Parts: sequence; structure tokens; C-alpha cells
Amino acid sequence: MAETLLSARSLRKDYRLPRGQRLRAVDDVSLDVHAGEVLGVVGESGCGKSTLGRCLLRLTEASAGSLTFEGHDITGLSERALRPVRQRMQMVFQDSYASLNPRRRIGDLLAEPLRVHPDAHGRRRDMRAIEARLAELVDLVGLTPDALARYPHEFSGGQRQRINIARALALSPRLIVADEPVSALDVSIQAQIVNLFADLQARLGLTYVFIAHDLAVVRQISTRVAVMYLGAVVELGATDDVLHAPAHPYTSALIAAVPEPVVRADKLMPSLRGDVPSPVNPPPGCRFHTRCPVARPVCGQDAPTLRAVPDGRQVACHFPLAG
Amino acid sequence: MRSSSSLPPGPWAVAIRALARDRASLVSVGVLALMVLASLMAPLYARYVSRTDPFLSNVAGQVQIDGRAVDIMQPNDNPLHLGLSPIGPTGRGAYLLGADSQGRDVAARLLYGGRNSLLIASAAALLCVVMAGVVGIVAGFFGGVVDAVLSRIMDIMWAVPVYLFAISLSIVMVSQGLTIGPFTITSDNLLIPIVIIAIVYVPYAARPIRGRVMALRNSEFVLAARGLGVPSARILLRDILPNVTGTIVVLAPLLTALALLTESALSFLSIGVQAPAASWGTIIQDGEGLIYTRPLVAVAPGLAIVIVVLALNVLGDGLRDALDVRETSRRGH
Repeated sequence: MAETLLSARSLRKDYRLPRGQRLRAVDDVSLDVHAGEVLGVVGESGCGKSTLGRCLLRLTEASAGSLTFEGHDITGLSERALRPVRQRMQMVFQDSYASLNPRRRIGDLLAEPLRVHPDAHGRRRDMRAIEARLAELVDLVGLTPDALARYPHEFSGGQRQRINIARALALSPRLIVADEPVSALDVSIQAQIVNLFADLQARLGLTYVFIAHDLAVVRQISTRVAVMYLGAVVELGATDDVLHAPAHPYTSALIAAVPEPVVRADKLMPSLRGDVPSPVNPPPGCRFHTRCPVARPVCGQDAPTLRAVPDGRQVACHFPLAG
Repeated sequence: MRSSSSLPPGPWAVAIRALARDRASLVSVGVLALMVLASLMAPLYARYVSRTDPFLSNVAGQVQIDGRAVDIMQPNDNPLHLGLSPIGPTGRGAYLLGADSQGRDVAARLLYGGRNSLLIASAAALLCVVMAGVVGIVAGFFGGVVDAVLSRIMDIMWAVPVYLFAISLSIVMVSQGLTIGPFTITSDNLLIPIVIIAIVYVPYAARPIRGRVMALRNSEFVLAARGLGVPSARILLRDILPNVTGTIVVLAPLLTALALLTESALSFLSIGVQAPAASWGTIIQDGEGLIYTRPLVAVAPGLAIVIVVLALNVLGDGLRDALDVRETSRRGH
């Protein structure tokens, strides 16, 4: 068994709304990220994927639960105490333009992490060391050195995402949380960036938490998949198992909803009815029962917890589909 | 190392180029420069052209017109020739625009008045922008209680009508002067209107700055910087501040225009620049009583105010367009 790099236990994130209401964006999520794997996180818009990703890196403060990184509890660490840890866990955001300061040159942006963190010997990096590292980074993500003198708005979305990746790699992290890094890109560019992620993982031995709503992207890159619905993980297992033989009705519906070039007669499931319920006022019992095609009365009363099924994956369902 | 000429232009260089292409902005800059230059020439004009002291009453004086000595105060041309009116525009060196009710050269006073009006307006705008910048950035960046307290103070200042607030402040300061430790500010000190006007417009300027900082604080690139482990002070300095300067630069000419109007209003009400010093506001007040006989005394400074305010507003618009880096670059594609 590989080392557990990052481990979340009972992670919860509530947002307080006006009039005493509460939005539970992440609801009691527990998961482990193993060193060297790619954990895909899928789900519809608003299911809490991005919030979960930010909570995992403590970019958003979780309301409850604990986080362990490389065996150390980082839940209560102050921002200052967390700073050395941040070198080893990084984030790539969805909006490649918004995540780069428009008023700074690429070289300046990429050098920022190198300036604020000391090198491996605990010393400040000098100009020469920084410039050498910038040249490496630019090469690593497939950009040309003249990119360093330019501003973010001079690049296309795909190139900007390469810059974001280079910045995340600057400090040689072990873990990268990628929050929908390709969903804002053209389809033709998406494949390039996903391939870059895969290539970098192989070369640098990285670990990813790869958040996406596109199942094809997740299938291409992930070793394991966590499926989220209304803030909770409903199914977690090896990519092939989950995507080819879903155990949770929601996963199955999600796969059935993928548009295919050729319409097949034997569709897995009827498509879902209705909309996702509001996370401000989630349904009682199983959160999916309002839309579930196989729901029975018990589903409206008891909430199923995430539990292991025989083939090793975890499912939160009273009546998991036979794999 | 690369030479700086091969670097792609930075956002400021792009903005200045965009501004230089905007004809309206260029004209505004030209008009403003002309106004400032003319005002700076005031002593030269008084000495060599009008040859009178614009701060001394000259009701008994005479002026040479075509070799004849003409009284500055002329009998009115009503049937009974009751009362006296100052001389009208002579159209030449001395008393070019006529005299005011104390027999002083209006043209020379207009230039001296421009010095005070423009100085007060720009100094007040500068001071205001600095204070509002501090308030807005602190409130926007720290949020929470700090923001709540600062915002409520701004709201209270905002709720009091600007002129009422300025009038109350200036009556206290102008009537008694101000003593802070060893320093005494007398009532005719220009610092008084400068400080009053600056304070009055702090909420006006702090609000957009605060909004911008709040948006930036929650922006993804600030989140990204936090994720990289960049300390807060550095984020404020390197990521937030450079993105707020645009907002501040755009505010500056608009604030200067507002300050100019406020200064004129206060001076008109005798609680700004104190006699015998001049500002465009005090000259309008001088012209108030002459509005039927010698309208130019009030109209000339009024026109000067209108021209400067208009130019500042056009310049503000041009700056806003020029500083939108993303907008201009995308438009090019």
C-alpha cells in the first residue's frame, strides 16, 4: 500500500447565509489521497467539488473535520506555520486568466514562490538560482523562454494554463490539486493540457487531486474516482470499476448523461428527473432519493453512509447496483 | 540580460499610449496645462501688463486710455447719474476685463484666483486620494470589524450634506484659526480649505477603492498567491496595490473637479479663501453685486471653473478607458 499523502476526515464546510440559513457545501467528506495516484473528483456544478479542493489545501477554512498531510495534522496550523507545508502542496485553478495577476510579467509571477520560500538548504534563493529555475519550468511545461517577459493577457487560455502549472511546480510540490483545469479550454486544447498533466506526473512522481465535471477527462487521467453529489462523496473506487460498473445510481445516471456520438439503444439508465435540490435545504434521508430511479421508502428516512462493498470500492447507497 | 526596448510594454506604457491616441484627453491636458501656466504667470501679468496691484483698493484711481486719464469708478448712466460703477472691459493691457467694485483689475485677479483655486483643488484631491486610499485599502483588505467600523464612519460622513459639513468645519476653523501644539494655523491659511475639502470627499473616494480591494482580495490570483504561501503583507503590496492604482488614478481628476467646485462654493460664501486674496469663488462673489452692470466680473471666473471642470472630467473618462488593460488588449484582437 502506498503512503497516504493527504487524508481528510469528516470534512465539512458551511456557508452562513442571510436570515440564519446555512449552505452546506461540503458534508462530512472523508478520503485519503495516496502518494503517486491521481484521484479524480467528479460531480455536477455546485456539488462542492471546488470547495472540497480548496478545503484540502486550507485555502478555504473548513468548518469541521481534520486534515493530515504527510502524517502531520495541518488542521489547526496558523498561516505562518502552514507556509513551509504549502511548498509541497499546490493548486491549479480553473480560470487561467483570473488566477494570474494581470499587472505582473510571467517571469515575475513564476519567481514569486521562489522568492518567498527558502531553498532546500534553508537559504534565500539568489537571482541566478531563480533564473535557472524559471528556465527549467518554462521548458517543463512546453513554453518558450520569451514568455517570461510577457504579460498574462498576451497568451491563449491553454498557454496560460501551462503558466499556472509551471507556477504550481516551481517549488517541486508532491501534491497538486487541480480545480477543473481544462473545463474552460477549447476541446482541442483540453487534450494537450491533460496530456501535460499526465506527462508531468510520470516524470516528477506527482500526486493529483483532479477535479472535473467531464467524465472523459477523468477517465483519461485518474487512477481512482470520487463521485460527489450535494456536498458528499457517494461513490469512491478505482476508475475502471466506477466508470464501467457504477454501484451508485447517481454515478450510473451521470455516465448515462454523457452525450455520445452514436445513440445506443441499451442505455444504462433513464436520465435524471428534476434539478439538484438546494444545498441550503437538502432532502432528508439519502440526499439523492428525490431523483433516484430505484429509490424505496427507506431512502427518504435513513441517510446511507459511505461503506465498503465487496469489490473494494465505497458506496453511499442502501441498494447499490450490482456491478 | 535583455535590453528594455525588446520587452513587451507594461500596463502603464500601454495606458499612456492609449491616452496619447485619445484626442479628447489630449485637448483636456492641453487646456489644463494652459490654465496652470496662465495662473503661474499672474505676478508677471500684474506687473507688466495691468500695472496695478490686484490686492489694493483703487476706487480713486485713474487709468490711461488713448492718452486720456479715465476714472476707474464711473458715474452710472441712469437718468440721475446716481452711484458709481467700476470701469468695464477696456480691451487693452490695464483693466482688460474691467474693474471690480473696489477698482481692482479683474483680469489680474482672475489669474491670481486661478493660482489659489487650482492649488487648493489639486492639493485637496491629492490629500483626499491618499486618505481615501488608506481607508479603502485597509477596510477592503482586512474586512470584518475593521471594515465595519471604517465603513460606518464613512456612512456617517456621507449622510451629512457635503456643503453643510464643509461649512460647519470651516466656520470653526476660519473664525478661530487652529492651534496644534506650537503651530498656529491662521484663518487665511490655504491649508484650511485644502484639509476641509479633502476630508469631505474621503467617503466619496474611499468607497470605490474599498470595493476594488474587496474584489481583488477574493480574486483567484490572490487565492493563488496564498496557496503559494506568500505572506499577506506581500500580497497587499505586490498583488493588490498595483491593481488599485488604476482606480485611484481615474478618481484623481474627478476629485480635483469636485474639489474645485467645492472650493469656489466655500470661497463664494466667504469661508474659503479670505480677502484680500483671490480665488475664482471670491471673484464671483465680488461680481455678484455688479451682475447687472458689469456681468463679466462674475462670468469670467465662472467660465474658468466650467472649462477646468469639463477638461478634468473628459480627462477622467479618457484615463478610465486607457487604464483598462484587459479591455484595450482584447479590443485589438
